[in-house]
Amino acid sequence: MAKRRIKPAPRARRRVDQLGLRTAMADRLLPTLVGAMSFLAALAIAGTLAAATLASHWQGDTGSALTVQVTDPGDPAVSGGVTRLQAVLSTLKASPNVSNLHQLSADEMNSLLKPWLGEDVTKLNLPVPAVIAASWNQAGPPDALASALGAVAPGTLAETGAAWASRVAALTNSIQASALSVLLIVALVAAAVISVATRAGLAQRREAIEIVHGLGALDSDIAGSFAMRATRLAATGSAIGALIALPVLLWLARLAEPFAGVLPQSNLPVLPMPLMASLPALPVVAALIGWGTAQITVRGWLRQLA
Amino acid sequence: MIRFVDVWLKYRHNGEASAASADVISGMSFDVPDGGFRWLTGASGAGKTSLLKLMYLAEHPYRGRIEILGIPAARISRREAAMLRRRIGVVYQDFRLLPHLSVYDNVALPMRLARRPEKQIRSDVSELLHWVGLSNKLDRRPNELSGGEQQRIAIARAVVVQPHLLLADEPTGNLDDEQADRLMLLITSLNRLGTTVVVATHNLSLVRNYPAPCLEISGGRLVHEG
Repeated sequence: MAKRRIKPAPRARRRVDQLGLRTAMADRLLPTLVGAMSFLAALAIAGTLAAATLASHWQGDTGSALTVQVTDPGDPAVSGGVTRLQAVLSTLKASPNVSNLHQLSADEMNSLLKPWLGEDVTKLNLPVPAVIAASWNQAGPPDALASALGAVAPGTLAETGAAWASRVAALTNSIQASALSVLLIVALVAAAVISVATRAGLAQRREAIEIVHGLGALDSDIAGSFAMRATRLAATGSAIGALIALPVLLWLARLAEPFAGVLPQSNLPVLPMPLMASLPALPVVAALIGWGTAQITVRGWLRQLA
Repeated sequence: MIRFVDVWLKYRHNGEASAASADVISGMSFDVPDGGFRWLTGASGAGKTSLLKLMYLAEHPYRGRIEILGIPAARISRREAAMLRRRIGVVYQDFRLLPHLSVYDNVALPMRLARRPEKQIRSDVSELLHWVGLSNKLDRRPNELSGGEQQRIAIARAVVVQPHLLLADEPTGNLDDEQADRLMLLITSLNRLGTTVVVATHNLSLVRNYPAPCLEISGGRLVHEG
């Protein structure tokens, strides 16, 4: 054979799609479906983070709230020649774990009880206790304080919002568990979608695969080609899904600001940092799911070849 | 060395060799030494293609022992089998070209799978395509070419890696006399350089023109060797 150089085909200079996967695994359906999954995942992550933030905020407020009810506040206390209410207030002021003392006024009591008892509670002539709101600065329940208050004004009730806080925690945990379940389901559905698309590609390119297999392609070569394609499509779809989710999340963040105790810093809503960080991670996770699913699917399928 | 010892083959259905299906290769035993040349002859349906499939590891016998290039085919891993296939060039009866690839990329495929440098691929593929007379059709797709041209691409693809074993199934079926002679010149050149060659054909005039030992099979059995 005579040595003769021929100008190489331009096609030879770039990466060759040996199995024709650009047409076998089309670039519309798979990215669209993965994009939809990514959108749902972004909402689920936002739900998880929002639940955690709100719970932290609410638990902090509720858990530290101390409410003291003094029955018959005008009656004399056990000792000291003062009223029961004065004795209780003195004891509370003396306690190092109590701060922000505030005795609810008649108007405040009226507005609190109005939903249950009607327009004007004072006209009903009911023995309404005096209510003192304060902050409880300790982690444990105020048992010792309640005893001290009971000693100066028997029948006085002192309670924190710990019970409410634990209920809020349970609610938060269940919301977070639900959101994580949604994330898991979304990931599984994405994997199933990629697996189906890969199987369709395998069926469509069966002959090409048999040919390259016969020419000495390793299973890793063939699985790698499919995995690269699936990775690219999944990452692209997921990035689009995350981008579409962004304005929705910004809108939800603006709605949630008052509940999270966050005052708007500007007219532009801002996403919490953990959520901002998780959005770019979505295409990465989708790419990993795409790569792994395609590898498993193709390697399993290749076992049928000799 | 190719060695077949009492080899039996029947085609599998759903991955299993059914007891009811007929044997396509029955108790076949022969040796082809390193650097040897064998014609594989027999009528259509005699089992020539099936025998070649066993040689390029596309099928496994349900009984018997096969060695290809001195390697026992039954004991090798999938990776080793792939590596062994890279040392085997195959010209398929139906060409088996990839329709979505250009002529150039089809011929370059075995070299790319073997991870040869692109510079070497460019040189070897260009040279071979010139030799088979298709240097002006590098960018064409196989379906844009005639049967004879497709066969020449298939031949170029089979020999581009300078295989240790060349298996050809009716390689001159779509070629005119001149192209068939050029092909046989190429095959005998490779054989002289040490490549073991097995060519299946029912073209007896070709066998007469290029005398070499012959494996004649009929009904899946070896009926004559020599």
